[in-house]
Amino acid sequence: MQGETTVSTVKGSITPKKKAGLAYVASELKRNKTLYLLMAPYMTIFFLFTVLPVLFSLLLSFFYFNMLEFPRFVGWQNYSRLFLNDDIFMIALKNTLLFAVITGPVSYIACFVFAWIINELSPKVRAVMTLIFYAPSISGNVFFIWLIVFSGDSYGYLNGFLMKAGFILEPIQWLLDEKYILAIVMLVQLWLSLGTSFLAFIAGLQTIDKTLIEAGAVDGIRNRWQELWFITLPSMRPQLMFGAVMQITASFAVAEISIALAGFPSVNYAAHTVVTHLMDFGTIRFEMGYASTIATVLFGMMLGTNILVQKMLRKIGE
Amino acid sequence: MTLVIKRIASLRGPKKLNRSFTVSFLLFVVLAGFGAFMALPLIYAVNNAFKPLDELFIFPPRFFVNNPTMDNFFDLIALMGNSWVPLSRYIANTLLITIVGTVGHILLASAAAFPLAKYRFMGSKALFTIVVLSLMFSPHVTATPNYMVMSWLGWINTHASLIIPALAFPLGLFLMKQFMEQIPDALLEAAKIDGANEARIYWSIVMPNVKPAWLTLMILQFPALWGTDGGSFIYSENLKTLHYALGQITQGGIARAGVGAAVALLLMIVPITLFIISQSSVMQTMATSGMKD
Repeated sequence: MQGETTVSTVKGSITPKKKAGLAYVASELKRNKTLYLLMAPYMTIFFLFTVLPVLFSLLLSFFYFNMLEFPRFVGWQNYSRLFLNDDIFMIALKNTLLFAVITGPVSYIACFVFAWIINELSPKVRAVMTLIFYAPSISGNVFFIWLIVFSGDSYGYLNGFLMKAGFILEPIQWLLDEKYILAIVMLVQLWLSLGTSFLAFIAGLQTIDKTLIEAGAVDGIRNRWQELWFITLPSMRPQLMFGAVMQITASFAVAEISIALAGFPSVNYAAHTVVTHLMDFGTIRFEMGYASTIATVLFGMMLGTNILVQKMLRKIGE
Repeated sequence: MTLVIKRIASLRGPKKLNRSFTVSFLLFVVLAGFGAFMALPLIYAVNNAFKPLDELFIFPPRFFVNNPTMDNFFDLIALMGNSWVPLSRYIANTLLITIVGTVGHILLASAAAFPLAKYRFMGSKALFTIVVLSLMFSPHVTATPNYMVMSWLGWINTHASLIIPALAFPLGLFLMKQFMEQIPDALLEAAKIDGANEARIYWSIVMPNVKPAWLTLMILQFPALWGTDGGSFIYSENLKTLHYALGQITQGGIARAGVGAAVALLLMIVPITLFIISQSSVMQTMATSGMKD
């Protein structure tokens, strides 16, 4: 990731220029006028709908605001309410962290392992297998199929199968029973999670320098596991870092699937996540200040985890 | 049996270094098992769309269709004409949002990616760093303030509220920039000597060379817009999308189950077909997706 290095170089390169001040900025703008114009449409929208909202959310998290009255400054009150007086947020936080530590790493490893096996296949079979594993993540709403599988009556696929096989006599209310809801949402989330990073891994594996592998064989690499550890993984570092960002962000952002499968709110908040909690306050109760507090906490968790993992991955092979 | 093993062996292509056949075979068995888990729900969705009503509600439920029929699709067409807002309107809305959003995104993201990939100027590194950081949180974070921005702009209940933010999807800019970096500088230098300015170089040299990346941005953007239900931004019935209509149809209960299965098939088949067409280009782009340090 460019984060650290970029910040330092940009700082270093800007300091001497500050002496020139506005005149420098003006000349730079003039010299690269076409470039700035090319970027202007994208950057305007990007700042308006991504950068400003983050800053705005941060600011608003210290206010009480319901879209009707003028915002009222309340200091840290929203934060103390969130962490000390909101039991449902605690459930949401617990569930989100479970997603982050279970579906996050599992989906990341699955993306890599399947990409790695698929890469061994001949080109035609490889294309078919890539399609099969990638298709769920782009077929959008098709996860409603899982509603039929886990339907609570005897027409539900799983119930029908289990009853026919004699394991159970009465249908199980899979999506209404707290014991099962979270596990089912995780399963479907994993089914959907072989997305962009999976493609990046397959593509990355194909660009590995073949001469590295031949040289490795001369140096005593005997089997695929040694090849994986000593050659493949280190050569894949850029893709591995990119994939980590994609999977981490997605695993913290589980919401739509939980709502589609378990309802909103789910039974006893069994599948409630930080994002569904945010939706509850932001789009239903219109407590925008409090919703911004939740969003800010979520932002901190996602960004913090991502930066931490990037630092760890950068150490591989160093 | 030996024939089968030979066939399977041929699947893995030419002989490679460091590979034992037994391990390869076991790994392929694992892959096939998980492949079935991935594919079965989709195959089931396809089968459902062709099931007559009595087969949709048979007990115990059946996986494959016995007597395939096109009835569900005919019912869908009949329903299109009868409902208060014709289904064709939902389809037109979805197509408008998806096509404008996707094409616009490709144009804007590539125009912004080109300077970041090929020039160094005031703010270039900082801007790219911000884009990379924005990959590290999901759009949910900005949903609440976005709603307020939309309401101030007066875009609530317009298609702009869905299309405009999609134009500046950060992942698209990131992938486009990484892909553009591998265009040889000599090509740009030659054009510059011929008197082309940066805008002209972008349009007539760079854009034709990054066709694989166009298709990749399309495959990433298209399903998201195609599957949108309008969220909290759209409330007029005649502006709603196909995905929303599917929700309404399936809530119609048992009588509509067949039509629901047909719409679900339509919704899923389009992004998958696009991916099949663009797969090799997507793979070419993804090879440059890595984050360098």
